[in-house]
Amino acid sequence: MARLTLDNVTKSFADFDAVRDVSIDVGDGEFLAVLGPSGCGKTTLLRLIAGFEKVTSGEIRIGNEVMSGKGGSVAPEKRRVGIVFQNYALWPHMTVAENIGYSLKVAKLDKAAARRKVEDALALVNLQGLGERRPANLSGGQRQRVALARCLVAAPSLVLFDEPLANLDVHLRASMEDEFAAFHKRTGTTIVYITHDQAEAMALADRIAVMDHGRLAQLATPRQLYREPANEMVSSFISQGILLPADVLSAEEGGHCKVRVLGTELVVRCRTGERPRAGARICCRSADVQVVPDGPGLDGHVKRVIYQGGSARIEFTPSAGPDLTLHFEQPDPVMLESGTQARLRIRSGWLIPAARAA
Amino acid sequence: MSTRIRESRGQEMALTAMVAVVIMLLSLLPMLRLIKEIVAPGGTLSGIAIEAGLRSPATWIATWHTLVVSIGGTLLAVLSGTLVAVLITLTDIRGRSALMLCYVMPLMIAPQVTALAWLQLFGPASPFLKLFGAAPPLGTRNPLYSTSGIILLLGVQYGPLVFLLVRAGLRKLPRELVEAARAGGAGWLTVLVTVVLPLMTPSIMAATALAFVSCVGNFGIPAFLGIPANYLVLPTLIYQRLAGGGPAVLGETAFLSVLIGIIAMAGILAQEVMSRRRDYRISSTSLPAEPYELGRWRPAVQAGMWLLIVSVLFLPLFGLVLTSLVPGYGIALTAKTATLDNYRFVLFEHDAASRAFFNSFWLSISAAVFAVIVAVPIGYLIAWGKQRWVRLLNLSVELPYALPGVVLAIASLLLFLRPIPLTGIQLYNTVWIILYAYLARFLVLALRPTISGYHQIDRALEEAAQVAGAGLFLRMRTIIFPLVAPAAIAGGLLIFMTALSELTVSALLWSSGSETIGVVMFSFEQGGDSNYAAAMSVITVAVTFVLMLTTNLLARHLPSGVLPWRD
Ligand SMILES: Nc1ncnc2c1ncn2[C@@H]1O[C@H](COP(=O)(O)OP(=O)(O)OP(=O)(O)O)[C@@H](O)[C@H]1O
Ligand SMILES: [Mg+2]
Repeated sequence: MARLTLDNVTKSFADFDAVRDVSIDVGDGEFLAVLGPSGCGKTTLLRLIAGFEKVTSGEIRIGNEVMSGKGGSVAPEKRRVGIVFQNYALWPHMTVAENIGYSLKVAKLDKAAARRKVEDALALVNLQGLGERRPANLSGGQRQRVALARCLVAAPSLVLFDEPLANLDVHLRASMEDEFAAFHKRTGTTIVYITHDQAEAMALADRIAVMDHGRLAQLATPRQLYREPANEMVSSFISQGILLPADVLSAEEGGHCKVRVLGTELVVRCRTGERPRAGARICCRSADVQVVPDGPGLDGHVKRVIYQGGSARIEFTPSAGPDLTLHFEQPDPVMLESGTQARLRIRSGWLIPAARAA
Repeated sequence: MSTRIRESRGQEMALTAMVAVVIMLLSLLPMLRLIKEIVAPGGTLSGIAIEAGLRSPATWIATWHTLVVSIGGTLLAVLSGTLVAVLITLTDIRGRSALMLCYVMPLMIAPQVTALAWLQLFGPASPFLKLFGAAPPLGTRNPLYSTSGIILLLGVQYGPLVFLLVRAGLRKLPRELVEAARAGGAGWLTVLVTVVLPLMTPSIMAATALAFVSCVGNFGIPAFLGIPANYLVLPTLIYQRLAGGGPAVLGETAFLSVLIGIIAMAGILAQEVMSRRRDYRISSTSLPAEPYELGRWRPAVQAGMWLLIVSVLFLPLFGLVLTSLVPGYGIALTAKTATLDNYRFVLFEHDAASRAFFNSFWLSISAAVFAVIVAVPIGYLIAWGKQRWVRLLNLSVELPYALPGVVLAIASLLLFLRPIPLTGIQLYNTVWIILYAYLARFLVLALRPTISGYHQIDRALEEAAQVAGAGLFLRMRTIIFPLVAPAAIAGGLLIFMTALSELTVSALLWSSGSETIGVVMFSFEQGGDSNYAAAMSVITVAVTFVLMLTTNLLARHLPSGVLPWRD
């Protein structure tokens, strides 16, 4: 078990920054998910932590020990990290038991003790009795469990997962998610878990680091990420937030402030210390949007109705902002059709902090 | 409508028929003829030929020698080729492409040239040793005229072959498999021994089989190194028998050549059986692993690599050049003795030699052009055809090249000893029989790159032309040929380089007036005129180098792996 600290870590390939100035502090026993669109540098970050890549600048510490930094880099085999790859990376020339026992053999552990540990690891991932099989004869989920057992058997201080569920089907994913959660609870290992599936991240993680173009966009708890996104990228990436232009009319008071959005005034949540300003943006969730027959609201027309079984996703274009699209769900029976005029009320939202403050 | 269907069917049938005829003539016919000679000499089924062959002690001695040098040479090639592949592919050694180019070069040089070059380096007449006054006294036996000499040179010649196959395997190794082991606490050497090399078993075994087959069939090295020591292997035994007995002993040599074929096949089968025992398939694909940092070992490893290359490539070639510049056997090279007379002699004065240059050039060009033209339709059927028998097609084109050249040479002799029935055309004792054998043997060298070219082309390109109304022949000419041409032509250049100084086949098939470069070089060396042989070698090596550089210009348009010396 150990704490992981990244200090202004940058990694450049030639003149391209794959990871840029990232600082994260992962507490002992914490489950951190790293979330971001494809190509944003998640895998690179993980490989930096594992030591397969060298940092260009910055420092990585595990526990109190500097692993990568100006003074050089500790070799991956000396870091005591476990890693689970997306493609499992099981060695096809070894049996399941040999795969799992590999690090024990490398550490020259006594044979009987090693066998016991392998048995324990197999039991931990519910694969008793499959030790003599070859990886080629296992299902996808079983392979992923072997990979997990293989990284656990050495009792690493830190376990890294790189999209471990990306190759599995939906049902298997759900059950593996449960297993990962249970495993984390049982062992209390520090975990860095990479995924591009936000539902997975939210379900598992204590905190989520959202990355964008190599930078850390936000590091927060799942709830905070959803309710209080730090910038536009996070707002739209998490649960497809709706971004609307706004002018802040009043200073923050009790966590709220008054804003004008497309000509209508409303009250939204905001950070402490917000002051009136123009050209701001708010983020609202589709659950915050509601069709109203009359009263204050945004007039516009329905652009598209996508029936999704039990409910429909409605895309709405306000007259005051023809380039904008608001989307929300409407349960059956769906009355709206494309082209219908309607009025929407925004019940609540979050004022995205000014870029400097982010 | 139905006439249209018939029309398009017709073109496809015509193509298939043409391919079938070519393959029948070049691959199946000679092999069938050879087998007939063994089981039914003179037309009736009998075991006489086999019995006679088995009774001769020379057969057994040569078989034993063949096995000894082949296994020894293979081991050496596998050890050195694998080591170099690991160092060049998995570490951060510098100057990788230069190292690779130089290490692979011996593969592009004909075995007898390699043999000659090394002989010149170590012999008592060595101009190189004489430069330091280190040459042994005249009359001393050259240490390379021995079993270990043959093994050493076979290892040098085919190490690059192993290197190429193992390197191809290493480059496909997903980095996660290595990284998982390192995260598990294993150092680099442990990873190499416990993960990388076991996973490379299929590549290494395939390379072993290929090196073994090449060693078994090699004629140039045991001819130059073994015949003077009266150490005969099967190919040189056949050569001596034929040279002494002529067509009368053809039946006996047919038996010997089948024996070579069987030994070679046994090697391939053993590999098949071994690799079926375990499933080492790597299913995932990924980036190759980061190169291992040699750190403070890097200068030493680098120096070691270059030392190896200097000693297997540059020194022998240097020795060859020196020999080609001295006026006669055993004369030391000084500013005063250096002369270009040898070159003048072989190019302009010696009839057979200048004829040989002419013959070899046009033979190689014809073989290359023919192969390029034929490889496109055959490749089309193999890569994109739907019929199941195309696998067999592929196999039968591979056969004449996979089997040692001696086998094909004897088969061609048997086939054309008498005039071709119905036409009365006589190929035996003409240059045409050599051309026939070259066409059969080297076709696959153009076919392989062409097929990989096809696999990289989106078939929709052809289908678009088809929708536009183009018939098969028109598509072939206007769409397909231009697309696969670079790959096929690169294959053609490989054929040219290989055929130019080819010896194994032509040594058995040549006749007065149809000498090849290899044959004349061989007879110069046998007659003690190493200087002339060296001059001819230097010329062919220079032509090969120039061609390699020229082909490099094509490289951008080629599927990867077509040029052996490039990635
Ligand atoms: N060895 C390398 N050399 C050059 N560029 C690289 C290298 N490795 C990664 N990159 C680049 O760095 C960027 C980040 O890559 P990375 O693999 O970390 O993305 P990712 O977030 O894991 O994406 P995905 O979700 O698709 O796996 C990409 O633009 C990639 O092309
Ligand atoms: Mg990734």
